[in-house]
Amino acid sequence: MREVYFENHSNTKLDEQIFAEMLPFLKENYGNAQSMHSLGNKSKDAMENARKQAASLINCKEGEIYFTSCASESNNLAIKGIAKANQLKGKHIIVSSIEHFSVLYSARRLGQNGFDITYLPVDKYGFIYPEDLKKAIREDTILVSIQHANPEIGTIQPIEEISKIVHQRGILFHTDAVCTAGVIPVDVNKSGIDLLTLSGSQFYGPKGAAALYIKDGIKITPQIDGGIQENGRRAGTENVPCIVGFGKACEIIKKEMESNYKKVINLRDRLIQELPKAIDFVYLNGPIEKRLPNNVNFSIEFVEGEGMFLFLDQRGIYLSSGSACTSKSLKMSHVLSAVNIDPALGQGSILMTLSKYNDDQDIDYFLYEFPSIVKKLRNMSPLYSYFEKTGKRHAAGPGTDYEHEEAHHEKEVCE
Amino acid sequence: MAFYSEKVMNHFQNPRNVGEIKDADGIGEVGNPVCGDMMTFYIKVKDDKLEDVKFKTFGCGAAIAVSSMVSEIAIGKTLEEAMNITNAMVAKELGGLPPNKMHCSNLGATALHKAIEDYKNKQKEKK
Repeated sequence: MREVYFENHSNTKLDEQIFAEMLPFLKENYGNAQSMHSLGNKSKDAMENARKQAASLINCKEGEIYFTSCASESNNLAIKGIAKANQLKGKHIIVSSIEHFSVLYSARRLGQNGFDITYLPVDKYGFIYPEDLKKAIREDTILVSIQHANPEIGTIQPIEEISKIVHQRGILFHTDAVCTAGVIPVDVNKSGIDLLTLSGSQFYGPKGAAALYIKDGIKITPQIDGGIQENGRRAGTENVPCIVGFGKACEIIKKEMESNYKKVINLRDRLIQELPKAIDFVYLNGPIEKRLPNNVNFSIEFVEGEGMFLFLDQRGIYLSSGSACTSKSLKMSHVLSAVNIDPALGQGSILMTLSKYNDDQDIDYFLYEFPSIVKKLRNMSPLYSYFEKTGKRHAAGPGTDYEHEEAHHEKEVCE
Repeated sequence: MAFYSEKVMNHFQNPRNVGEIKDADGIGEVGNPVCGDMMTFYIKVKDDKLEDVKFKTFGCGAAIAVSSMVSEIAIGKTLEEAMNITNAMVAKELGGLPPNKMHCSNLGATALHKAIEDYKNKQKEKK
């Protein structure tokens, strides 16, 4: 059976060239990068080379790259570390409401410990309103953290505009660029970024290494104490094989970015154009313009995401859904809630994220298999039979073609 | 390990008794699309027994499998027996459900009971 992997925002497939680069550091070059002997030096040199490669990808100095274990750690360090180091200046932090949980929960934790957090709303496509940001900034604001792009609905935020607003008020700006670094050009100098999170596992590197860019001269309090590693800002024995892989991933992606971009955006646009022709009552979530080139998110009306997910899984098609049932917390995706999607439509969302390893045959296979799955589930759906009989929806609202429809759409309470 | 048991997957992929009964004697509905699960049960009663049970379900794999299993257990049972089917029994018959699905998706027996109550209420009105 064909296997189609459409969940590249969760993790990409490791590039063989990158694996080959890592291998010696899993075998013969096992020295601790902090050891003074020759074996340690080999690890140290490889790690510093990776730092150069990462710096070159986002156009910063190599000394401004701090390796971490994952993007969640980078986000925790950025939010909590800046808050702690700057709390005498103020205790107010601004984040968007569609950030990754590692930003949102870090902010919430600070909120429980005497900080004040503002969560900026977004419009129906996921864009923040710059005017909201201007209004939210206070005398005691010390940090603004807004992601470069959203992994779920693909919205690319105007970070240069945001950076200008933030810097006019002398505040620090962090951006989570996990979805953009390695996918579209990211330039911290040009965009005016103070702190930026990136992760190699998003562009064919291994899990286990990520980085936080911290502009020279910015004070930050470590979140892992206990050693001199990473200039004293992140203790712990360095994961040299993964850091080497991360560096190589940065080097390769810099060369491949343009061709990868063309490839995935063609596949993305095929899905966006052809899926609505294959299936009725489907709605694109997120914007058309200023959208990640590898992101597709549709709501399929009258069916629930997990059912689609399970049937697709059995046909070797791997993707994800923003439905409550597929989340371990049993809550609908916070991103879909923030863009104010009709809750019934949110339950029927599917997310497909593409990589350089996808091709037209993957799209053909998906478009061939998917309509029969939706048909099968719709035939089981009481919402669909109600619609077929009455022409009305049980719940229709924002995001559908039928926004005007008077549906009995009370705020229903889930037990 | 797979998220669902083999039995759940079997009922999810080949659900028994999907559909509606046009002249149903009772209809029961639970849940709502906002929560992610909604089940509608239709019953046909003859001589105090469930002659036919059909359902339509909007929801996750567990919700569909539960509905299917309830319909299978219930057909042929007396109304009293059917009222004694519990959600816990259904989960057990399915070889267990993931802990986080025990509450929200496991409402099939409740929907069936509602359909039987609907039938009983209609009978009272007739008298």
